[in-house]
Order: sequence, then structure tokens, then C-alpha cells
Amino acid sequence: MTISIASPSDSHERSEQRLMLLLLAPALLVVGALLIVPLGWLAWQSIWQDGGFTIVNYQRFLTDSVYWMTFLQTFRIAFVVTLATVLLGYPVAYVAAGLPQRWSMIVLALVLLPFWTSVLVRAYAWLILLQRTGIVNSALKSAGLIDSPLLLVNNEFGTVLATIHILLPFMVLPLYATMKKIPQELVMAGSSLGGSPLHVFLRVFLPLSLPGMIAGMVLVFVLTLGFYITPELLGGGRTYMVSMLVSRNIQVYNEWGAASSISVVLMICVFLVFKLASLLIPFERIIGTR
Amino acid sequence: MRASSLLLYAVVALILAWLVIPIVIIVPMSFSSARFLTFPPPSWSLRWYEAYLDSAAWMQATRVSLIVAVSSAVLATIFGTAAAYALNMTSSKLVRSLQLVLLLPLVVPIVITAVGVFLVYAQVGLLASMTGLILANTMLGLPYVITSVLVGLRKFDHTQEMVSRSLGMNRLRTFFIVTLPQIRPSVISGLLFAFISAMDETVVSLFISGGEYQTLTKRMFTALRDEIDPTIAAISSLLTAVSFIMLMLVAINARGSKRRTEKAG
Repeated sequence: MTISIASPSDSHERSEQRLMLLLLAPALLVVGALLIVPLGWLAWQSIWQDGGFTIVNYQRFLTDSVYWMTFLQTFRIAFVVTLATVLLGYPVAYVAAGLPQRWSMIVLALVLLPFWTSVLVRAYAWLILLQRTGIVNSALKSAGLIDSPLLLVNNEFGTVLATIHILLPFMVLPLYATMKKIPQELVMAGSSLGGSPLHVFLRVFLPLSLPGMIAGMVLVFVLTLGFYITPELLGGGRTYMVSMLVSRNIQVYNEWGAASSISVVLMICVFLVFKLASLLIPFERIIGTR
Repeated sequence: MRASSLLLYAVVALILAWLVIPIVIIVPMSFSSARFLTFPPPSWSLRWYEAYLDSAAWMQATRVSLIVAVSSAVLATIFGTAAAYALNMTSSKLVRSLQLVLLLPLVVPIVITAVGVFLVYAQVGLLASMTGLILANTMLGLPYVITSVLVGLRKFDHTQEMVSRSLGMNRLRTFFIVTLPQIRPSVISGLLFAFISAMDETVVSLFISGGEYQTLTKRMFTALRDEIDPTIAAISSLLTAVSFIMLMLVAINARGSKRRTEKAG
């Protein structure tokens, strides 16, 4: 009785597990070969050069001001963009969640259209709107508000504006999903107990919408840290972000060691942000809303 | 109260206008007859659409992008649906943690992914090849398919599979006859997401595509960096139309699935 040789159910379970691994295999192979292996490779390459161990690639972070200035600028932009998307996205999601079905669908469609439009198309749109002879400048001029065209693009202003434009839907969608699940009865209970609308909002609605807000903030922050197309096209070479540092080191200077160490540090930053956020809400929740 | 909610609506309307107008404004610009982009256009013409259609380089890039987007979306859907099925069926900790690995393409900054894929392709000779582009975009599309299909599978009642198998149907046929029809909306929306993401992918293409296998986005990026060519307004309008159609397809697909579940419930 106590001697258990593989019982039929055991072997069934094992063959079941084999089948599941087999089904996972193609996806795992693709991600493994094209993402996991290269990440390990980059990490290795950043500490191993010309047949020896080296920390020279990381020393540059302490000595070369271009490195930490770029990281600093990238983090600053990420903070600004995250803050702006919260301020702009919260009212949109709030109104969309409160409107009757038909109207809230229209609001959502207006958020989804840019979400689905190519990042290049939107960078192009901002270029033609904001350039010296662009629509914004000529409108301001004909309104008599300015004499000479403003510099709206090829600088940090243009980059940040376009980045907020691209990432706003990433804030609105998780916020909307969370707000939609807040029971109306709770809000009504709050006001029937005598709370002023503002009071009910601050004490009941806002705290309940926080998980969606955190998910949106993490997404926006992390995506901005890795932004490449927008600063490259709208920054005019003056707004230098970490991604550009990586690509320049490879495509212009052919400095793989430098590019690898920057990638590793950027990757660590991204994981730290996710780690911090996972103390507040589960990881799947952040990713799932994307 | 009344005034404050009016103010709120006005603010939201402004934000929405700010979101949509930049994209919409490209459309009239693309029909401009002017050599340089001015608004409103001095007169209307189709010259930039003709410039696009007459250019062998743009046409070749469009072909490459479409082939890559369709093939990689199909591959990502097959691999991703299989993976999501397995993830949903097992409770083993090891297998569940593999889910996080499969979602990594969403988390890793795209430049790092591009550099990594470039490293691998340089070793195995896949640079500037169709196969290379398709595989990379398959990898990038997987998380969309997996998350979408997992949502569908969670709503699916698995006792139906057991019934079907106890009646003697094998696992594969059960999947195609019983399971797949019921999770089809989420499979389709995963496919559409993967297609759009591959159509829009730029950074990886910048590193790994080249020669005759350059994607539309790579050509657009290079053209945008060098000068603001109005041909891009025409291409952008067409791409926006594609996004709009995709959005409609997803909405129709979602509505269809909702009606089905309502009928079933």
C-alpha cells in the first residue's frame, strides 16, 4: 500500500505537463532567442572586454557628465510627462466613466484613435503644427499675439508635448477601467450621508480609483524612460534621452561596451520602477491594461 | 454644482480636441497642391498620393511592411494562443512564472530590444532579411495575443472540454470544435493588436532592416529626419485610415462577442 510506483494518475499528470510545455515551447523559443539571450549577452558584454573582466563601462557613469546628465534629463522628462498625463487623463476618464454608455463610447473612441495611430504619424503631425511656419505660429501671429515665430519644436518643449500626446491614452484606459468598476452605490451612500460632492470625491471616489492611476503612472513613466522616436524627431538633437545614447553609441561610435552598460542601467531602472509599483498593485494588473 | 460640471465637460472636450486634431489635420494637408505644407492648403490636388503610388521605393517598403505585419501577426496568434491555453490549464508555479517571461517584450525598452535582436541577427545572418523582420515582430506581438486570449479563456467553461473528451473526442479536435469558437473574439482582437503593433514598429526595423527589406516605418523615419516631405502626409493619412478601420474591426468584434455571451447567458 505504501509503496508507490508511478500510479496511472501520476503518469497522466506528467504527460499533461509535457503537453503544456510543448504548447509553450514556440513562444518561449522566440522570446528566449530574441530577448532573454540578448539581454544576458548585453550584460556580459558590459563587464567583459578583450578577454578580461572590466568595470570601465560603468566607471563612465561617474566620470562622463554626458551619461548622468542624459539619465537626469530622461528622468526629469518622465516625471513631467507622468504628472501631465495624470492631470489631463483623470478628468477625461472621470467624465467617460460617468457618462451614459453611448457618450462614453464616443469619448473612448476619441482616446483610442490616437492610441492606434502610428507614433511616426503623430510626430509628423506635431512637426507640421509646431514648426516656425507651422499652423500654431501663423495663428498666433495673425491674432497679433506674437511678432516673430516661437521656437516650439526641435527642443524639449516639442518633445514633451508630443510625448504627453502619445502616452495620454495609456493613462486614460487603465483609469477608465478602474473607475467603471467603482460601485455607484458607494458614491451615493457618501452623499446621502451628507458629504459634499468634493468631500465624497476625495474620500470615496479618488481612493478607489488609485489602483488604475498607479497602473497608468507606471506605464507612462517606464515608457517615457525608453522613448526613442519622439525625442529623435522632435528634439532637434538638443533633447537627449537615454535611448538615443544607446543608439548613438552603436550606430555612430560603434561602442558596444558603452551601449551595453547604458542598456543594463536603463533595464535596472525599469525593473526598480516595476518592483516599487508591485508593492502597491500586482504586476499583471499594470501590464494587463496595456 | 451645475457650473462646475459644465466647466469639467468643457475642459475634457478641450483635452479630447487636443488629442484628435493633430491627427485629423494631416488629412487636408495631404490633399494640398503646395510644395510646402501650409494651412489651409492653397488648392487641392492628389499629387502627394500620386508621388507615393509612383515611387518604387515607397511601394516596396509598403509591401515589406504588409507582408511582415500579416505573417508575424498570424505566427504570434498561433504561438500566443497555444501558450495562453497552456498557461490557463496549469496551476504549476514554474509554468505560471513563465507567463512573466512571455510578457517581457512589453516591458523591455524598445531600443534595448532592438540592440539585442541586432546582436543575435548579426551572428546568424538574419540582418536585412524578411525572416528576421517577421520573427522579431512575432516576438513583439506575442504579449498582445497572450493577454487577450487569457481574458477569453478565463470566461470559458472548461467542463465543456472534459465532456467533449469523455465523449471520445481527442484533445486537438476538442480545442478546434469546442474551445476555439467560443474564444474566437479574443483571438481575433489579439491578432488585430499584433498586426497594428507590427505595422507601427519602427525602432527594431531601424536596426535590423535594410537593403530591399526596409519597412515603411523605417523609410518614413529617415525621410522625416531629413526633411518634411509632403508625400509623408499622404502616407500618414493612409496609415491613419488603416488604424481607424482596425479600431472599427475591434469594436465590431467586441460587440459581437458581447452579444454572443448575452445570448448564452
